[in-house]
Amino acid sequence: MNRYPLWKYITIAVALLLGFVYTLPNFFGESPAVQVSSAKVTIKVDARAQARVEEALKAAGITHDGIQLDFNGVKTRLKDTDTQLKAKDILEKTFNPNAADPQYVVALNLLAASPQWLTSLHALPMYLGLDLRGGVHFLLQVDMKGALTKKLDSTSADLRTVMRDKNLRHGGVNREGERIVVKFRDSETRDKARFAIGDSQPDLIVTEAGDASEPKLVATLKPEAQKKLGEFALKQNITTLHNRINELGVAEPIIQQQGADRIVVQLPGVQDTAKAKDILGRTATLEIRMVDDSAGALEAAMAGNPPFGSEVYNERGGQPLLVKKQVVLTGDRLTDAQPGFDNQTNEAAVHLTLDSAGARIFKDITRENVGKRMAILLIEKGKGEVVTAPVIRSEIGGGRVQISGRMSTMEANDTALLLRAGSLAAPMDIIEERTIGPSLGAENIQKGFHSTMWGFAAIAVFMILYYQMFGVVSVIALASNLLFLVAILSLLQATLTLPGIAAIALTLGMAIDANVLINERIREELRSGMPPQGAIAEGYERAFATILDSNITTLIAGLALLIFGSGPIRGFAVVHCLGILTSIFSSVFVSRGLVNLIYGNKKKLTKVAIGQLWKPGTTATSGK
Amino acid sequence: MEFFRIHKDIPFMRHALKFNVISLITFLLAVAFLFTKGLHLSVEFTGGTLIETHYAQAADLEKIRGALGKAGFSDYAVQNFGSSQDVMIRLPLKADQNSNQIGESVMKSLEAEAPGAELRRVEFVGPQVGKELAENGAMALLLVVIGIVIYLAFRFEWRFSVSAIIANLHDVVIILGFFAFFQWEFSLSVLAAVLAVLGYSVNESVVVFDRVRETFKKVRGLTTPEVLDHAITSTISRTIITHGCTQLMVLSMLIFGGETLHYFAMALTIGICFGIYSSVLVASPLVMWLGVSREQFIVKPKTIEGANEDGAVV
Repeated sequence: MNRYPLWKYITIAVALLLGFVYTLPNFFGESPAVQVSSAKVTIKVDARAQARVEEALKAAGITHDGIQLDFNGVKTRLKDTDTQLKAKDILEKTFNPNAADPQYVVALNLLAASPQWLTSLHALPMYLGLDLRGGVHFLLQVDMKGALTKKLDSTSADLRTVMRDKNLRHGGVNREGERIVVKFRDSETRDKARFAIGDSQPDLIVTEAGDASEPKLVATLKPEAQKKLGEFALKQNITTLHNRINELGVAEPIIQQQGADRIVVQLPGVQDTAKAKDILGRTATLEIRMVDDSAGALEAAMAGNPPFGSEVYNERGGQPLLVKKQVVLTGDRLTDAQPGFDNQTNEAAVHLTLDSAGARIFKDITRENVGKRMAILLIEKGKGEVVTAPVIRSEIGGGRVQISGRMSTMEANDTALLLRAGSLAAPMDIIEERTIGPSLGAENIQKGFHSTMWGFAAIAVFMILYYQMFGVVSVIALASNLLFLVAILSLLQATLTLPGIAAIALTLGMAIDANVLINERIREELRSGMPPQGAIAEGYERAFATILDSNITTLIAGLALLIFGSGPIRGFAVVHCLGILTSIFSSVFVSRGLVNLIYGNKKKLTKVAIGQLWKPGTTATSGK
Repeated sequence: MEFFRIHKDIPFMRHALKFNVISLITFLLAVAFLFTKGLHLSVEFTGGTLIETHYAQAADLEKIRGALGKAGFSDYAVQNFGSSQDVMIRLPLKADQNSNQIGESVMKSLEAEAPGAELRRVEFVGPQVGKELAENGAMALLLVVIGIVIYLAFRFEWRFSVSAIIANLHDVVIILGFFAFFQWEFSLSVLAAVLAVLGYSVNESVVVFDRVRETFKKVRGLTTPEVLDHAITSTISRTIITHGCTQLMVLSMLIFGGETLHYFAMALTIGICFGIYSSVLVASPLVMWLGVSREQFIVKPKTIEGANEDGAVV
């Protein structure tokens, strides 16, 4: 009765073997590496890049432990961290001769040091979370309201163009909160305008307002257009963050959407958090507006009453400048920005390229405003600064714009980088930040490992002393549970955090419950006089329902944590849930298999080693 | 080896009232502490900044406080974290401060007054995140409670599920009461521990209830208290050994896990100790008082005309 069919033994053996193979990479650790990947969409890292890496390292006399090419880029494995740093410098020089305009990301990385045959089986070490490897974690909140007002501002500009094209006179187009209000002199023009706006702006809901003496149109964005706008803003911000983080040189950055309006950024291994935050936090948007140079206006504005439709901004040098509120162009129209030099004056300059719509607007505005000044504003966190306010000398067509004047080469580089990295579609704020130093990460691994190891050892000693052979079987089952758990975590590449390690320990501590239940049940059956073979079979059978019940309640708690948990809790919940599943398999199936192997073949089994059995003289229960 | 040599069923139910009164008093005390002292919530829930630094020598906390005061911070808390070399600095949320730069500015101000600090960890949590985490935590607790009640009601009977959840929820309150009384820091990982231990101690009730059902079905002529006594007595050795093993693991976490896992392990320890008590000695009397009886477990035999007691018809 205590024999498994062959296929069950084979299943157990195969499961253990797979568990072993996928756990194996965790023992090899990681070796330092340098990774070269593309910083631009247009540049592909291919076999040629690999050859370049090889050549450059050879020329510098650096030996490496293998170069591999995958979808992430070219990865070079190196002996130690010193050579790693040396190799990084050399590759940086080779691949990015112009530091101001990096084409490639050259970053330090760690590669699994497990043998090739394991890697080809997709057996990789567990993916360590930031609290174990060190790095920075940011949660960014995208300001959707900001995106909406920005969109409405640019729509206002579009409405003005529409009405000018149709020769409709209006008394001002203004954004008031989340709606655009257009004033008219007579209701006839208003009706025409309403028609024209409805035709050209399908995303707007236009309603009439005001009385006969002051007719108005109120336009708001349709809800579905707002939703689309939000999605778009988030997508664009993620792209922009990607570009900016590429400048940082991080090997495996994680940039993901979380919820409707949040972005998670994780930069493993980054230590210079100040720089990372500086680059991420730049919520710069670019706006081109006209300068209000009318006589006396600036003085009036400084005195506290700026003319209607204008506001004061400071130039980089510090002088105040009166700028019209109306936005001519925003950074969305910008496709490229490069630092360079003015052909004639040899001054440092920034060359901008606009998209076709931007180019058309720019052509119109420069044609109408020759001799006047236009201001290029950089708006960061609600505060604007005039980068430069050049005089328009002539009509500029073709969408190629050059900004020069009062700029150092360094400033030109900075401005270009900021503009090129793309403006954000909506401002963002860091609402959660976690920075973990590398030494703390290593310490956390050690602490987690020690807790698990000593806890396991203590349980093992107790179980073997108390249940003897069945204790040994229970401990082997528990060890196989650990093996399966680590193997599954490695296979899924689920992120392991310190709470995750705690969950491994706790799961092991709880999983032993199943074996205790079984062993106690077998003892009880033996006590009531059942022959050993029968007691074993009965014990396993009876205990199974209880084990299932108790694991399900634990699983309910685990799932609730998984659904509502975030950050560190999630890591705990994932491991906890997986651990419960593997524990059912190992404590019931694996341990039964072992017991069957040990005792199943003995036909005349009179004694099993399950520890001392004490039989009470009088049984308390009746009904036997 | 055999720890438990029990001759007779221990008459637990005779003391049912005492157990429940003890429980009730502990529970009321815990509630009182929760109301008077409140939980010392971590930055994860309240929002704010937490900075962990490491010094090569023992850190001078006074100097660090002085440095922070000079730099214009207020309401800061500075304390040792695990060892005399590690220092934890907590700063509350301030509307006027640029939260993004707090980590850097703190390190800069330390550099001047108490040099040699190595930045090990910075955690900044904005106000809205904290609120959400607290809400999600409450939701998770609610989901666990509902899930377990439904499962037990489906698996056993409503009397069992109600008493199991009452017994174990009062454990949760007692754990929280401990955290309030000692003003230990209540963080997300403690919350995880509380929920995990909730699921775990419900097991305990499940194991006992399984036995209760089995005894009701198999053994005739026992009164309800006797059945409960028998079920508890025959599972007590398993209960204590299992909890002992889990506690060995948790103890190892308490000893080797360092400061980060300290309160996590603490919550588990309290949960395990009270879990044994309440899920066995509180849940079982509750089941009894709710009126569990043998009839609820026996599938009523079809009444056949003229059938005798054994159900046999001639």
